[in-house]
Amino acid sequence: MRTAPTTSKRLRRAALIALAAVLLVVGLGLTGADIAGFGPGTALAQDVADAPAYRPAPQPGPGDYPRVAGVNSRVVVWLAAQLHLWFAAFVLAVPIFVLIIEAIGMATRDERYDKMAYEFIKVSITAYSLTAILGGFLLISLIVFYPDLMGYLAGIFKDSMFYYALMFFVESACLYLYYYGWHWLQGGFRKWVHLTIGLMLNAAGTTLMFLANAWLTFMMSPDGVDIAGALTGGVWEAMHNHLWNPINLHRFIANIAFGGSIVGAYAAYKFLSASSDAEKAHYDWMGYNANFIAISALLPLPFAGYYLAAEIYAYSQQMGITLMGGIFAWLFIIQAVLIGTLFLSANYYLWCGMGRSDGAARYNKYVKYLAVVIIGAFLVWFTPHTLVLTNEELKALGGPYHKYLGPLGIMPAKNTAVNVMILFTSLSFLMYRRANKIATVSWARAGNAAQAALFSAGILNLLFLGIYHGYFTNTAYKVAASVPQVLTTLIIIIASNVLDSFIYRGARQVAPLHWGRIPDRAQYALFLLAVAFTWLMGLMGYIRSGIRQHWHVVGIMRDNSPEAYTPTLGYAANVVSLGTILFMAMVIFVFWLSQLGAVRTDAAGFWKERGA
Amino acid sequence: MRTFLAVVSFSLLTVGFFAAYSNYGIPQIEPAPPPEVEELDLAAMSMDEFVALGARLYQGRGTCTLCHTELGGRAPLLEEAAAVAAERIADERYQGEADDAAGYLYESMVAPSAYVVAGFGKSGTGDTVSPMPNMATGSVGLSEPEIRAIVAFLQDLGGFEVTVEIPTEAVEEAPEEAGEPRPPFATPEEAIAEFACGACHKLAGEEGELGPDLTSIGARRAKDDLRRAILQPNADIAEGFEPDLMPDDYGEQLYAVELEMLVDYLAGLKGP
Repeated sequence: MRTAPTTSKRLRRAALIALAAVLLVVGLGLTGADIAGFGPGTALAQDVADAPAYRPAPQPGPGDYPRVAGVNSRVVVWLAAQLHLWFAAFVLAVPIFVLIIEAIGMATRDERYDKMAYEFIKVSITAYSLTAILGGFLLISLIVFYPDLMGYLAGIFKDSMFYYALMFFVESACLYLYYYGWHWLQGGFRKWVHLTIGLMLNAAGTTLMFLANAWLTFMMSPDGVDIAGALTGGVWEAMHNHLWNPINLHRFIANIAFGGSIVGAYAAYKFLSASSDAEKAHYDWMGYNANFIAISALLPLPFAGYYLAAEIYAYSQQMGITLMGGIFAWLFIIQAVLIGTLFLSANYYLWCGMGRSDGAARYNKYVKYLAVVIIGAFLVWFTPHTLVLTNEELKALGGPYHKYLGPLGIMPAKNTAVNVMILFTSLSFLMYRRANKIATVSWARAGNAAQAALFSAGILNLLFLGIYHGYFTNTAYKVAASVPQVLTTLIIIIASNVLDSFIYRGARQVAPLHWGRIPDRAQYALFLLAVAFTWLMGLMGYIRSGIRQHWHVVGIMRDNSPEAYTPTLGYAANVVSLGTILFMAMVIFVFWLSQLGAVRTDAAGFWKERGA
Repeated sequence: MRTFLAVVSFSLLTVGFFAAYSNYGIPQIEPAPPPEVEELDLAAMSMDEFVALGARLYQGRGTCTLCHTELGGRAPLLEEAAAVAAERIADERYQGEADDAAGYLYESMVAPSAYVVAGFGKSGTGDTVSPMPNMATGSVGLSEPEIRAIVAFLQDLGGFEVTVEIPTEAVEEAPEEAGEPRPPFATPEEAIAEFACGACHKLAGEEGELGPDLTSIGARRAKDDLRRAILQPNADIAEGFEPDLMPDDYGEQLYAVELEMLVDYLAGLKGP
């Protein structure tokens, strides 16, 4: 009886320490600049100002790039960086939604959420060391193959690089405590302690990502340096460069979508391999939730992408045009295929999932219309503006643009298409949620009419904005519709979900959901989602880095290595494909390892028998 | 195992489809190699050739037509740029220092915000900041003669007399001098004189006092120590002397052969 209060006190003390550590971690994340002496108001900042002038960026010649055993240094660094990023995105994203799921479980006292959150984190834990190993390999590759660039970057970012290394200890400690302490820190106050550790883990992980993002965005949009590359302002200026926050936001959201898709693939595989109905039901539920997470993050991702692209234009119109109108423009047609794949597979999974409830039969007739609209929107997005034509083809076509399809190639048409695609995906989700319920509120009919009016008005507004700005205004204002279109879509998604939750408050369940009652082919939609996400991340990673063209640091440090040319898109796609296959092989290995702990071999006769 | 193989095959087929589409479904455009700075023989260049050079830069490396085109509408068209220069200079919004058309056009490339044509400024700046980069720096990085050539082209484009002058040799040679490596020094004395070592050290007839006396340094220090003292002067400060006085970039300024020559020379200084 006396041990209980002692343990409780100890836990309370531990919680206080943990909270203090959270504040420290968050503080480091938010004000690391000041601690490191970056802030303009600190005494250390004065020291920086008084310090001797920084050296300009080196200008290495073609002979200053070491060659090792004839390997292509660009491809080695490219693959190392991409593999590290895939794993890093996964291990950063999983704790974010694990924390949320754990909190939901705690709030609802539904242990299923807790178990699922634990299984999610279990999947990611083995990937953590692989992330670190790949990070080390990337660092060594960069030092070996691009010593001048790394020397220059380290000269500017040495403080943040040092804090980055320190933050690893914080993140590792939190992760191991969070994972290994899961069953120990259960119930009551202990659960709060566990959640706090999870919060610390996420704060540390996000800070790590933001620090690394500062280095790569400095290479794209250098700040705080003069035209020769010598640091003139504080390090904070170099970190807080023009593209830092847009990349931070885009990566944060994309990581969650990617992490959800990988966990979804894991659940799909476990579903297909399951030997009992109970196991199938469990992994079906897990796959559904993983898909929900991936799609929830996928929906706002195009908006974050537009924000990033707009900021690239704002920073350098030339870079923006290289991105969207120059040699990389065709890459966005490949991207359209990928994103179309993502939306179609996610929707297909939802439609298949409606079979879990007999009540869904009421909605089956609408699925074909949803499919037609989503495919139509995908085809608009997929339509290129200009075509590479022979003279004969040009004559036959009557110009570089197709008479009817040409107008669909411009951005207003694509903006409209993607917004419609997002809206109809959210409609699929609403339908899925209604599948097994009947509304009982007296105003259900009026509520449904309001929902229909909301979607109709929203779609009309999207079409009006896209057509008016796209075809009846000056060229300079063609993309002006994108912001009101995004706002329209977001408002409809939020308003319709809020309205739906009121309409279905206290709803009657007409047919229960039978978890596990879903065709196997739906699981392949989850694999498609994961593979397409991985490949897409690789492709967009290439374009983000590729728009620097022949510059290590744009406008400041030229890349004079033999590989300082932009490859064809086919070549880039082949490297991305190779990376995806390597990543998939490593992920399979990681998943296999995560199961290995539970496998026991009965080695009867192997060990020496001991007498009683 | 069957499930595993089915899933792996499905995933590989998906990757294969994306790769095949990227290779065969879209045109494979071979991007231009990184731009190289054109060797300019300005002395032998006629004005027509100078204008033609400007046209090449305008349509090529200068990347001007990315924005200054009817298709994009991102930047004003430049056919009339020379014609409206006087009007722009007289405009109250003009912030530059040019007093003629050539000066205005030149300024618009190196300080584009000096005058922003209405409707073409960065959003939210009220047409006070131009989105155009400085053509002399950054990823375009045109040299002064190249910018002048574009000015000549723009004047010619508008049907005006080309008033910009082909730069003198001095302007032309300046970047070449900066870019060309100097020949190595033939003797240690030459290097010592060039780097003014005697300003701080007692050496080669000089009587500097800020650094140690080097007239007999070879008797006290080994070659490795001397090499390190040149490359990393603050690594080991002789007693009685201040750190951070000697430049620490001789490793970059000296050729390897010069460094070894200096080390040998200093090691040979054994005193009287």
